[in-house]
Amino acid sequence: MSFADETPEALEQAEIARAPSFRLLRRLVKRPVAVVAVVVILVIYGAGIFAPIVSPYGFNEPDFDNRFAGLSLEHPFGTDRLGRDTLSRLIWSAQTTVIISFAAVVTGALVFGVTAGLVAGYFGGKTDAVIMRVADTLFSVPTILLLLIINSTMERRVDSLFRDVENFLGTDWIVSSGAPSYFLVFGALAIFGWVGMARLVRSQVLSLKQSVFVTAAEASGASTPRILFLHLLPNVANLLIVGITLSLGAAAVAEVGLTFLGIGVQAPHPSFGAMIFDYSGVTNVREHPQLILFPAAVISALMLSFNLLGDVLTEELSPRRR
Amino acid sequence: MQGIAGYVIRRLLLAPLILLFISVVTFSLGRWAPGDYVDIQAGPRASDELKDRIKEERGLNDPVYEQYFRYMANIFQGDLGQSVKYRGQDVEDVIFPRIWVTLQYNVIVLILTFSIGIPLGTWAALKRGTWMDPLSIGTFLFFASIPVVVSIPLLQWLFAVKLSWLPSGGWNVHEFWGIEIGIFSREAILPILILTLPGIAGIARYMRSQVLEVLDQDFIRTARAKGLHESAVVTRHVTRNAMLPVATIMGFELAALTAGSLFVERFLGIPGIGQFAFETIGSRDYDSLMAIVLLGSAIFIMTNLIVDIAYGFIDPRIRLAGGAGAETT
Repeated sequence: MSFADETPEALEQAEIARAPSFRLLRRLVKRPVAVVAVVVILVIYGAGIFAPIVSPYGFNEPDFDNRFAGLSLEHPFGTDRLGRDTLSRLIWSAQTTVIISFAAVVTGALVFGVTAGLVAGYFGGKTDAVIMRVADTLFSVPTILLLLIINSTMERRVDSLFRDVENFLGTDWIVSSGAPSYFLVFGALAIFGWVGMARLVRSQVLSLKQSVFVTAAEASGASTPRILFLHLLPNVANLLIVGITLSLGAAAVAEVGLTFLGIGVQAPHPSFGAMIFDYSGVTNVREHPQLILFPAAVISALMLSFNLLGDVLTEELSPRRR
Repeated sequence: MQGIAGYVIRRLLLAPLILLFISVVTFSLGRWAPGDYVDIQAGPRASDELKDRIKEERGLNDPVYEQYFRYMANIFQGDLGQSVKYRGQDVEDVIFPRIWVTLQYNVIVLILTFSIGIPLGTWAALKRGTWMDPLSIGTFLFFASIPVVVSIPLLQWLFAVKLSWLPSGGWNVHEFWGIEIGIFSREAILPILILTLPGIAGIARYMRSQVLEVLDQDFIRTARAKGLHESAVVTRHVTRNAMLPVATIMGFELAALTAGSLFVERFLGIPGIGQFAFETIGSRDYDSLMAIVLLGSAIFIMTNLIVDIAYGFIDPRIRLAGGAGAETT
């Protein structure tokens, strides 16, 4: 379980070749484990994205005549204590995973992380020092404690913020859609999620900025944003792929963990963390093992696939192993 | 290029600044939460005048920055404040026994993790290319990937219910020389097991890749060529060199352990600091919460600093890359 290490040290130290990405794809296809991992990730994320279409029931449709139903054709994975269909809850939980992990990685790792890394590496000097000291600070606090504090203290504030937005727009679906708790969880994860990516990108840019193509771009009068995002960014693309793979997995498991502790996505909105927590007592595990085993298996398979894919990518991109 | 001394001094100077920043953030977040401890302890039936009078007495109606300065002034005089959850007790008297509980089993977990993970990873690397290779990689990957939220309930069920080997939770202490020690009771086995499994797997995975890297190097071929016994090559040349980078993941290991402890304590009912952190937030026990966060951060900062310095001393090739551009070469 890792909240802080979105990008493991191993990766930071690995020398990642800057080959064009399509060659990477060709090499990946030749590795059966990688293909399996990608398929598992795509199935779970696909189920989450298309939840409204593929899910047989809603995530909160109780059926009190069918409580704790076993596996049947009608309910392939059975039902829970309120008679809610487990398969549907799993699919909607996958949607939560998709929303949180994408939002956290796009805002944290991609927007903040990559920009901070590019700027720090390219400008150097004071800018670099300031950005990296902030990164060090975030790195040297017990992340889980601060997540705990942020999520439990801000919950009602964020809720009332969204209510104000609702009143302003004259709608009433935003708060009931669970948006405040989703926002809070991915926001909190993004605050800490950019550090690893920023360090990765910075260390690459530090060596890249000595290259001839950067000097050439500077000499031809290219603007700084152009150099950063059109010249430097494409050259760290492979690094981004590995970073994103690992960050997605870390964000997904962090959401499950926070929800398990009761400070993540709030009921009745589904999450693997809530599904596991609800039936995690020893009596429940003994009497209704299917209710904990299915969500546990799905989240474990997802983590396994992300780690496997991360391993294969690091290996394929490392120049020494080729 | 700066010397190690300059680097250490800069890091040591930075540490209080980081702590100061953390204290501001935590303090304001805590005060920003709706309601304070007076509201929570007095309950909904207490009159507003009464609550207001108590708040006035405790200074809770003052502007937040005033409360912050007062708190920091006390901190510098060594006064961590009073616990609210356990009324009349000083914060240090409330949190230190709990830190002691967490510390005991965390130290055991760290020792087990490194002392089993390192040889296991080395062994797996030496077996590269045999039938055991995919098996060991798969096992490590499996145990490193299972989230604690999955392993806690399942292992609890397996050992406490199915096999009835271990108690399902709690914490039990035996007294040795007047000190309460809990790690020799059967209650401690389950949390240690839950936290050690992913730790060992992670270290073994990392160690394996480091050993493979070292095995490729020329000096290993030289050592073998000059007729050194294979066991001497492994223990003296391979393991030593591969272990260096493993020291750097101490920080990661500590972060993972802190998070894991929180889950384990909460779920298995262990009266440690993670469990208490939850209570302090629920009861708005401001001073205790501040003390937990500041102490935790201080431990993190010191650990990372010690690891970095030790690393620089062990391996003279490493220039401590604290400043900008040190890695450019």
